[in-house]
Amino acid sequence: MTFDWSFLAHLLFHPPGSFVQGAIRTIYLAVIAQALGVALGLLLALWRRSRRLPLRVLAGGYIWLVRGTPLLVQAVIIYDGSSALGLYSFGTLSVGPVSVPGVVQAGIVTLALNEGAYMAEIMRAAIDSVDKGQAEAAASLGLRRRQAMRHVILPQAMRVVIPPLGNEFNNMLKVTSLLSVIGLQELFLAAQDYNSATFRTFEIFLVTAVYYIVMTTAWSLVQAAIERRLQARGGDVVVSVPLRQRLFSGGPGGGPPIGAEQLRGAR
Amino acid sequence: MTPAGKTPDADVEGTQSRAGTLAVEGTGIHKWFGPHHVLDDVSLQVASGEVVVIIGPSGSGKTTLLRCLNHLERIDRGRLLVNGHLIGYRENARGELREDSEAEIARQRREIGFVFQHFNLFPHLTAEQNIALAPVRVRKAPRAQALDEARRLLARVGLDDKRGSFPGQLSGGQRQRVAIARALAMRPRLMLFDEATSALDPEMVGEVLAVMRELASDGMTMIVVSHEMGFARGVADRVVMMDAGRIIEAGPPAQVLDSPAHERTQAFLSKVLH
Ligand SMILES: Nc1ncnc2c1ncn2[C@@H]1O[C@H](COP(=O)(O)OP(=O)(O)OP(=O)(O)O)[C@@H](O)[C@H]1O
Ligand SMILES: [Mg+2]
Repeated sequence: MTFDWSFLAHLLFHPPGSFVQGAIRTIYLAVIAQALGVALGLLLALWRRSRRLPLRVLAGGYIWLVRGTPLLVQAVIIYDGSSALGLYSFGTLSVGPVSVPGVVQAGIVTLALNEGAYMAEIMRAAIDSVDKGQAEAAASLGLRRRQAMRHVILPQAMRVVIPPLGNEFNNMLKVTSLLSVIGLQELFLAAQDYNSATFRTFEIFLVTAVYYIVMTTAWSLVQAAIERRLQARGGDVVVSVPLRQRLFSGGPGGGPPIGAEQLRGAR
Repeated sequence: MTPAGKTPDADVEGTQSRAGTLAVEGTGIHKWFGPHHVLDDVSLQVASGEVVVIIGPSGSGKTTLLRCLNHLERIDRGRLLVNGHLIGYRENARGELREDSEAEIARQRREIGFVFQHFNLFPHLTAEQNIALAPVRVRKAPRAQALDEARRLLARVGLDDKRGSFPGQLSGGQRQRVAIARALAMRPRLMLFDEATSALDPEMVGEVLAVMRELASDGMTMIVVSHEMGFARGVADRVVMMDAGRIIEAGPPAQVLDSPAHERTQAFLSKVLH
């Protein structure tokens, strides 16, 4: 089979419906899972810094388990494993006019649970990066520990979190493709299905790659805008990174002082 | 102004003393950091309205003593009453001390202002927000009222034009004045200053000392760790000299600074003054 330019061009500019739907699904999976992951990560980070030992152990254990196992295995356990064991089986869920297939729910849950563990480490490091004097100043004014965390520590930590969070989301957009293993029809599986009907493997996956890079590049632009705004609001915490570096260097967006890259380990 | 003879007898609970007489009443305070004996049998009484300046060489325990006064550090032995209450501890029927609840410690700290060497302003908040935060969150003051009060306090420290500035946009001296205003916003009965001017460029020391002087003349009870001898001479009712975790000498500034009894005080002063 020779390379077919016209097939490629056609696929690129007139993709079949399954492609477009896959891409849309990829985006909303990533957005929802990231949002849930951030919430879970915050909770876990607070638990890790709790004064209660059981909470610290629980959060630490969770992070250890999740970061120590592959996402693929987690997805299969959550979707297929739990239903095989009769523990829980994800069925279609209807919320008003929207119906969410079980596999999508399982996909979101898997990604969110996974992401929560990574976000927890990023947030914990961000919390720890806030100078101890801040908590002491808050305490000296009569703020309780919770209040100090909420009004003094977290707002400062969040600025440190923004750049690595952007990278997490970039990664999330791509990682959704792993959910094809449980049969979730996102962009990658849509491409695979199309491939098995046409056998234009190279062209199809080239176009798929283009779709992914359009999504991640668009996100880089959004991320840059967010960081610029954050900086404009009097924050000297976030270091701005030129777009060129953002796209090509692969390092953490704002070069956070906490080494998020080392923290995350191999996924 | 001298606290001599003012020692009130502790009442039944041991936590109440006669209101308005003693701001600080510490007896036999010990503090260890690991094997390091940082406060060694320190006793200190400060009357309400009094200004006490603590001097002493680096590592002598001045900061630690100040931090114990609002329970940022816990004492290991001894008895410490601030504003008439055991600070950070509660005494049970058998006379044993137990650490207080977090809520109770926070409540006590409202009445004790602390000014840090490195300001510790909240960098994500403007000057007026820095000042209003605790009144709003802790004292549950209405927001508008707290901001009004914040502006009044800013005017009092000579910074009425800086209310919308973030700490990063202020000079060191301005930051420290905001920090003082922030502490005052909780209407403390006692103010603690830990080398409030030593992180400042020389030309900014004066503006901060002026604010502290004014506070003293308004009758605020102040414990000031400082090596500003001019301030000590002019403002202090008493100068306390610490060395190696002990108070080795205390008295009116003229006595301690001009004719120190202890040779370590003499040695220390000759180093600071030259
Ligand atoms: N958190 C801590 N852990 C262990 N040791 C400490 C701690 N804080 C202070 N120390 C030690 O306790 C001693 C007294 O320290 P402190 O800060 O009270 O001295 P200081 O009189 O304030 O000195 P300086 O003039 O340098 O500020 C020092 O030897 C110091 O190293
Ligand atoms: Mg000190």
